[in-house]
Amino acid sequence: MRFLFKTDYDQDIRLFKDGVQMFWYALLGIVLLALPAVLPEYLMGQMVFILIYAIIGLGLMLLIGFTGQISLGHAAFLAVGAYTEAIMQAKGMPFVVSIVLSAVFAGAAGLIVGLPALRLKGIYLAIATMAFGFIAEEVITRWEHVTGGNSGKQLKQIDFFGIIIDNDTKFYYLALGLVVIILLGMINLMRSPTGRAFVAIRDSEISAQSMGIHLAKYKTIAFTFSAALTGVAGALYGHKLQFISPEQFNLLVSIEMTTLVFIGGLGSFHGAIFGAAFIIALPQLIVFAKDVLPPAIGQQTGLQPTVFGLILIGFLIFEPLGIYGRWVKIRTYFSLFPFYRRGMFKRQKSYMKSDRLK
Amino acid sequence: MAQFLQLTFSGIAIGCVYALVALGFVLIYKATETVNFAQGDLMMLGGFFAYTATTLIGLPYWVGIILALIAMALFGMLTERIVLRPVLGQAQFTVVMVTIGVGYVARGVVTMMPGWGTDTFKIVTPFAEQVVHIGGAALALDQLMIIVDTAVLCLILFLFFRYSRIGIAMQATSQNQLAAYYMGIPVRRINTLIWGLSAAVAAFAGILLAPITFVHANMGFIGLKAFPAAVVGGFGSIPGAIVGGLIIGLVESFAGFYLPEGFKDIAAYIVVLLVLMFKPSGLFGEKLRKKV
Repeated sequence: MRFLFKTDYDQDIRLFKDGVQMFWYALLGIVLLALPAVLPEYLMGQMVFILIYAIIGLGLMLLIGFTGQISLGHAAFLAVGAYTEAIMQAKGMPFVVSIVLSAVFAGAAGLIVGLPALRLKGIYLAIATMAFGFIAEEVITRWEHVTGGNSGKQLKQIDFFGIIIDNDTKFYYLALGLVVIILLGMINLMRSPTGRAFVAIRDSEISAQSMGIHLAKYKTIAFTFSAALTGVAGALYGHKLQFISPEQFNLLVSIEMTTLVFIGGLGSFHGAIFGAAFIIALPQLIVFAKDVLPPAIGQQTGLQPTVFGLILIGFLIFEPLGIYGRWVKIRTYFSLFPFYRRGMFKRQKSYMKSDRLK
Repeated sequence: MAQFLQLTFSGIAIGCVYALVALGFVLIYKATETVNFAQGDLMMLGGFFAYTATTLIGLPYWVGIILALIAMALFGMLTERIVLRPVLGQAQFTVVMVTIGVGYVARGVVTMMPGWGTDTFKIVTPFAEQVVHIGGAALALDQLMIIVDTAVLCLILFLFFRYSRIGIAMQATSQNQLAAYYMGIPVRRINTLIWGLSAAVAAFAGILLAPITFVHANMGFIGLKAFPAAVVGGFGSIPGAIVGGLIIGLVESFAGFYLPEGFKDIAAYIVVLLVLMFKPSGLFGEKLRKKV
């Protein structure tokens, strides 16, 4: 067990708490950089998906985990990002410009949805965003001369300052770079007054308002940022798949993205990454399991949604802080060994609180 | 004119199904403040239970339906007891995510059950493929039965909430849990019963819908259109859910005919966005403010 004695206010906002933490993150960085040398090409492709989903996860974490606003329509922003990228690339824009434009357009869409949504709370917001998601999917299907309708749209490989991203290893480094930039940006955002305001709104809108936080303004900012990040992920997603069509952005994708945040762990950056890894790894693990299980169970198409649902329910009941919460417990167990007690993270007994009068 | 009548009629018929699913949402929401995203999947399960009872086992239609309703009520109570009780008191959306998980499991398990699977099934009703002519419009008896059955169910529910002890206890619980608890109402048991009631209502909707859309594992996605219905009526108002369902059904029916292709599927969502923008508490919703 390490004790950190704070002797300086700057210590509160430092990126790394101490040298030990810095060491571990440096090690993680080296492992991540060296990964392509070890993993086969197929797994690198999956790593790229994890990184793309991590960007989505970070965007949604900002909205759900830190600001406490719910969205069930984020697939629409993913679609805006992907289609913007496809159209801009077809017009011959360089990647650096087009991905920024993807973020801007998705952010603008987020702003448009966010503004009327500001009056809504909780479940109404979820339903409004869900409705927006449905409408966006339909618009993409019908607006054929721009989006190609149901026949979809092709994307070429990324040309990153003359380097053609033609394999998963290159794509991996590009996505990794973007994730690191976004992660650093988000960490900075969350220790700025804006980020603190988000957390205050999440914890109690009324007390945040009493402290002088302009609710509408900060909720709009959160919605816009979240949508813009999802737009960036959408651009990468489009390039990774090289083909996009409306049904890739339906409600189930939105729900999957939202569950990512809940399974990963609400209110932590780690959670977004863990959740992304989980969402990508689960189908792969089920494919492995199919070979082991008896064919009567293993060959069923319903196996994946069943397992997914059970894991989601299991986490929500037994580990509300998700994979990150479990990780913290394991870490604490070892750092306190042998003094860890079972009840250490026990939740207080909670009573039903009404959201109706909020 | 006949065209208009026809559209109105089919709109009301499908609206009744939305209304019943929305009614299920509202019952659960009023009592436990949980929005049950698995309501559509409960409806789907109800359809499958009825299919099993009437076609696979071969019971008479009405006996099969009543058995399916009882089975679904038990299933709903079991779900509440096992999955939702442990997360009681958690943040609202955590509970919503649990119901989403329940929906995933229900859709997955249905495709794995022997005899159910991923196929589409038909429940043969005693009044299948019969047509009634009113004012020049041909009305399918199946659709007419949806409207009649929904009206009867609403009447039964109204009498239940008005006159039975359990119904009054449910009303008290949904108005103020703590006060109800102090009055000696077993709030948790009432919550379980409400889940059972809601699941049975959903199953009823599924059985009514079965002659029109057939029974299949993804039938529950129709339940997503019941959200707009519940919101339009004002989440938490039982008459609102019925009226909201009818409005959504009618809007969809007319949008499918008078508006360009594609509007039919999203008409419900456009309506709900407009309602949320201009009247966020819905048509029958109560407006409450927290006092600090």
